[in-house]
Amino acid sequence: MSEVEGRGAAWTDERGTAGDTDWVEVRRGAYRDSVSLMRVSRSIVGRDGVTEAMAAMGTGLNLEVLARMGFAVPGGTGPGDLVVAIRAGAEEALDGARDALDGLLRGREPAADGAGLFGAPPPARTTASAASRTDAGIALLSVPGPHVVPEAMDALNAGLNVMIFSDNVPVGQEVALKEEAARRGLIVMGPDCGTAVVGGAGLGFANAVRPGPVGMVAASGTGAQQLMCLLDAAGVGVSHVLGVGGRDLSTEVSGRSSLAALAALDADPATELIMLVSKPPAPRTADLIREAARRLDTPVVFALPAPGEDDLTRAAERALAALGRPVPEWPRWLASGRDGAGRGGRGGESGRALRGLFAGGTLRAEAEAVARDLLGWDLEAGGHRLVDYGDDAYTRGRAHPMIDPTLRLEALADQAADPGCGVLLLDVVLGFGADPDPAGALAPVLAAALRDRGDLAAVVSLCGTPADPQDRDRQAAALCDAGADVFASNAEAARHAVRAVAGAEGEA
Amino acid sequence: MGGTGQRLGGLLNREPRVVAAGVGVLADALVQQAVPVEGVDWRPPPPGTEAALAAVLGRPGQAAADALAVGRMLTARPELVDVRPAGEVLGLEPGTFLHAGPPLEWERASGPMRGALIGAMLLEGLVATPEEAAGALARGAATLDPCHHHGTVGPMAGVVSPSMWMLVVRDAEHGGTAYCSLNEGLGKVLRYGAYGPEVIERLRWMGAGLGPLLREAVRRHGPVDLLSIMAQALQMGDELHNRNRAATALLVRELAADLAAADAPRDRVAEVFRFAGGNDHFFLNAGMAAAKAAADAARGVPGSGLVVAMARNGTDFGIQLSGTGDRWFTGPAGVPDGLYLGAYGPDDANPDIGDSAITETAGMGGFALAAAPAIVRFVGGEVPDAVAATQRMYEITLAEHPALQIPLLSFRGTPAGIDATRVVRTGILPVIDTGIAGREAGTGQVGAGLVEPPAEVFTAALLALAEDGSRPEPPR
Repeated sequence: MSEVEGRGAAWTDERGTAGDTDWVEVRRGAYRDSVSLMRVSRSIVGRDGVTEAMAAMGTGLNLEVLARMGFAVPGGTGPGDLVVAIRAGAEEALDGARDALDGLLRGREPAADGAGLFGAPPPARTTASAASRTDAGIALLSVPGPHVVPEAMDALNAGLNVMIFSDNVPVGQEVALKEEAARRGLIVMGPDCGTAVVGGAGLGFANAVRPGPVGMVAASGTGAQQLMCLLDAAGVGVSHVLGVGGRDLSTEVSGRSSLAALAALDADPATELIMLVSKPPAPRTADLIREAARRLDTPVVFALPAPGEDDLTRAAERALAALGRPVPEWPRWLASGRDGAGRGGRGGESGRALRGLFAGGTLRAEAEAVARDLLGWDLEAGGHRLVDYGDDAYTRGRAHPMIDPTLRLEALADQAADPGCGVLLLDVVLGFGADPDPAGALAPVLAAALRDRGDLAAVVSLCGTPADPQDRDRQAAALCDAGADVFASNAEAARHAVRAVAGAEGEA
Repeated sequence: MGGTGQRLGGLLNREPRVVAAGVGVLADALVQQAVPVEGVDWRPPPPGTEAALAAVLGRPGQAAADALAVGRMLTARPELVDVRPAGEVLGLEPGTFLHAGPPLEWERASGPMRGALIGAMLLEGLVATPEEAAGALARGAATLDPCHHHGTVGPMAGVVSPSMWMLVVRDAEHGGTAYCSLNEGLGKVLRYGAYGPEVIERLRWMGAGLGPLLREAVRRHGPVDLLSIMAQALQMGDELHNRNRAATALLVRELAADLAAADAPRDRVAEVFRFAGGNDHFFLNAGMAAAKAAADAARGVPGSGLVVAMARNGTDFGIQLSGTGDRWFTGPAGVPDGLYLGAYGPDDANPDIGDSAITETAGMGGFALAAAPAIVRFVGGEVPDAVAATQRMYEITLAEHPALQIPLLSFRGTPAGIDATRVVRTGILPVIDTGIAGREAGTGQVGAGLVEPPAEVFTAALLALAEDGSRPEPPR
């Protein structure tokens, strides 16, 4: 809060002639200097529908002026009291003038917030302070997990929604924050929420996609990125992507933010279709969400990739079908189709394993589901391994692999040196917040590995759009030049890699 | 909730605008998209405070409790209503002395505190010599109690004895009453620990001449609106702790006619005018009582981390919170950093002393330094330093004062209502604009400057707030 409400009493007096309404308020002990009060009076009188207005300290002289103007000032008003009096032709004009007056008496001119006589004020040190300086709609928090609650509560108390990028926030705190948000009609996106798009602004890791009819509720950041990129490739944009955090659909959190997001998107006129993307939710929460989705006016397409379920690409195709839009050929850039002797397509020899090195958890899970469908449940028995280098276990104390490629490049070199590894499968996620040129670091390492090992194949799942700062097509070309087969669809990339392991020729 | 357009505070229907705290790359990504970002210069709080901060600030109702407490502080309407002897108005018995700051024993008392207590013993006629006074005090012959435990505040040593006359300030809004003694002026004065014959003689005159005449004038005048005087003085270059020149002039002007009308010989009335008019700090004690009345109105809100007292006894610095009752959180008082009079230097300075930090507690003093460019050099700075100090205080306060405004900041209200949790979170300590007492009893004032509380008192207060038993009321 920044101001204390005036304590005075207000009188509305209907006696004015010609239907004018008088409003007089006395704010006891609220001193203002006469110059600022004259300026306030002048700007109120300048409003449409306001006949007369005066804001002044209750000195004898001023009370006389007010009386002459015909305002009835209550007895007992003295020089220490602030009197405001407005006469207006219509109720709306009076309300408007009163609101404007409150704003003026609250008394800070915009210049005071920024550069004053002595330059800009020092930067805000808390979210509360920053929120008081601007009329933001959301706070994006990426402070360490144990420090999230004070900042998040600051935001909620100031009427801001919250996106918590941080992980390592205890689940009890998550529930408490989400309950507080619900009390205030706001949403907490996260913790561990990597991706959101609100009103065209990408928060966290987000791709530059066109505006459009699809709203997303995302418990999975890279899942949402995959969907928005595929839709973008099909010429369909998104209205908003509301992340909810990876635990939102757990039994403990019980979909609190997902329900708020569904309701908000349902009420949003720009959203014609809602997609909900998550790792498979807890069964009871899944029932809750499906029940809530049934009650909405807006259709909901679920994307919950798991073995036996639709993958993300199929979910995107279902969404396109629901919108009556055609499903395109998903973009791919095949090294195997070039120079007559593609490298990605030659396939791993029998007995050589698939090694997946991922930055996106959902992309890894989806690839694993695809691999299990084709290679059998026990991937480990065949030496196949898919690792998420964005998992908490790898990111504690270091940057996410979408920002800093070092850890994954080391793992890539290790795998290339392992004769048991036949096919490398990697995801590359573009967009705001991500490494400005991932192919710049990855392509030379891939090229060297493929040059040294004639029996090795590489497949890349490239999640991005042509409008991303990294330029998807340029990234694809660089990776392709290095010898990798590149797919916009993660599921297609995974199938292609699995077939290569299985020794199948050609494409997915 | 309003129409569907207002879901999520209208988030989906407006141009995006973001507050960002944490890693810079995420804020940069927004800037790259031309999205307006207000960044937070976030830094981790002291290790070991995370859990308490999360526990206190995560409670439902915490913000409401803090808003209620600071709202009470800022809506207080302190009025000077009377002037009466301490023995009468506080029920102070002979042999009982009030002092500044948190509780203190003679053994731990600093030079100026000892000097002031000795002077008060002499004033009350309990002993004949300073040596005798010191001996009696060392034996525990007198009862010592903090002013704050009696609705009272005292500048510097803050010693109050039964025969001293007190300003009586009533909060017309919430009904509380606060007291402060009459200001003795500068130089060799009791509050700085001086107890020579001229000190005692002045105090005797204040009891016999000044007090009764002021009482008559105040009663004749009727309640004097102190907030109005303070608001005007702030726009005339006072910050109301170390500079009270404008407020003093306004108060004397306010009471002039009623003083002149007093039933007393003209030379006695003239003495009062001469004394009050010649003492630039005459208003300080009225302002302190006004601040105390406002701060006391904010006491006792369960769970609130609002600071309702900051006080120093020359040895310890103590604070109290609205939500933790009468409990003091104390640490060693620091030595102010500032300018020294004459040949005095830092080696002559006593650690921080006085209840006058009640002015900072209520949004004045160091918090209003930007309003007082005339004194910033006196406390060892330049005008931009004063502006920076005030601006820094907005980071640790809950509100802006609705009546006390700073012209230099386009009439922004002063930062008011210190939130102990924000002090811990930011590491920004309240800035206190204070006088410096000489270390040796009897020296008097040696300088003026700025001082900060020890950081650990806020951490200790936070930990107490996190304990069960000081929870805010649950929201309805």
